[in-house]
Amino acid sequence: MNLTLKIWRQKNADDAGEFVTYQANDVSPDMSFLEMLDVVNEGLTSKGDAPIAFDSDCREGICGTCSLVINGTPHGGQKATTACQLHMRHFQDGESITIEPWRARPFPVIRDLIVNRQAFDKVIQSGGYVSASTGGTPDANAIPVSKENADTAMDAAACIGCGACVAACKNASAMLFVSAKVSHLGTLPQGQPEKDQRVLSMVKSMDEAGFGNCTVTGACEAVCPKEISLDFISRLNRDYAAAVVKSAWKGK
Amino acid sequence: MNIFKAIFHSSLGKKYIMGLTGLALFGFVIGHMVGNLQIFLGQDKLNAYGAFLKSMPKLLWVARIGLLACVGLHIWAAVKLVRENRAARPDRYAQVKRMGTSFASRTMIWSGLIVFAFIVYHLFDFTIAPDYTGHDDKGRHDIFKMVVLGFSNPFSAIFYLIANCLLCIHLSHGVKSLFQSLGLSTGQFRSLFNGIASATAWIIFIGNTSIPLAVLLGFGKEVLK
Repeated sequence: MNLTLKIWRQKNADDAGEFVTYQANDVSPDMSFLEMLDVVNEGLTSKGDAPIAFDSDCREGICGTCSLVINGTPHGGQKATTACQLHMRHFQDGESITIEPWRARPFPVIRDLIVNRQAFDKVIQSGGYVSASTGGTPDANAIPVSKENADTAMDAAACIGCGACVAACKNASAMLFVSAKVSHLGTLPQGQPEKDQRVLSMVKSMDEAGFGNCTVTGACEAVCPKEISLDFISRLNRDYAAAVVKSAWKGK
Repeated sequence: MNIFKAIFHSSLGKKYIMGLTGLALFGFVIGHMVGNLQIFLGQDKLNAYGAFLKSMPKLLWVARIGLLACVGLHIWAAVKLVRENRAARPDRYAQVKRMGTSFASRTMIWSGLIVFAFIVYHLFDFTIAPDYTGHDDKGRHDIFKMVVLGFSNPFSAIFYLIANCLLCIHLSHGVKSLFQSLGLSTGQFRSLFNGIASATAWIIFIGNTSIPLAVLLGFGKEVLK
């Protein structure tokens, strides 16, 4: 396959950035999208040019590090697929592909296609944890969890924190990410002691980071590589309202 | 945690305001449609309904002030949310392929603002307007004649049709979203609420537009003679 790549190049956070067009020739349809970029980078390096900077880690769709907007869709628009698991067979020979970084104020570009996602780390630090007793290792299954709650928590915990929801949302809202993290811990018995404080802190931290607001367009759910449901956003809205009322009632 | 701050300053709180005021306005739109459809029961019934509403001025003003407050809060929150949303994405994408989003969901601020402009026009047209059609033979304000006269102007009638189209596009997404924002749209309730939103938007569209359409097609012409 021969492809024309229109790739965002930006030296650092202060650089204005621009699109640069590259030719990728003899691309195997069995390559992943990131392997295709690796080959392009080898060519650039051998010519003495700076390689295209992009994020990747596990390359098996579970770490949430890859972050490319491909032809206007985060992760390239294949259902439940991260960019690293996207294969070149989904593209046509001779196709022109536009590759951009996530674009959101809380995710500033560090270089080329790499953005700084520390805003997500701050949201997690503000409440994405549970209290754990010290001492000996507790027995497995010592705390009963209903199948229903375990399933809901597991669905939410599938979130890999890649930020595609923010990238796809027209408002750059992080609601799907935050709702998944809040619901993941909030539906389990281990997460109950901090339940209210968690939702209040994580929403506060999300707002302070400068993410937009949810207008229920559903773009996040459509691009999420882990198929996190909009249900979690409604659950977050419910949990936040309950926490606000409860804390006001207690006079805190 | 200050409850006022939690509601007026947080992203989720402002969505509660949007949802609750939207719910009140949605309720009004339904009541307004049901009341006005009495036009098809004839001049006497519609004028009697008008006289009935006017017979309790205190309640009428409580409702009017309440609705005005809802409109004010709804627009205030919408403008604030939209400004925050725009600020959250200062650099736009070169290419956007829309996935999973509806036209209604992407254009809420525009359908909302146009509908608001229409409501102002509508109030001047029928509510604040001078009493230019006089009274019927029972001494009541002749609303029937006013409506027929108003919609006999095809430009006005067409504006009503377009505005109601936008209103129902707005409601199709707004009603669905209010349940989401108020935290009720989970599990099986999601499809239920989404269904309610689409169904009521269609019912309101058909109900509201039936009046100007009927007048355009000759309904009630006899009262103008």
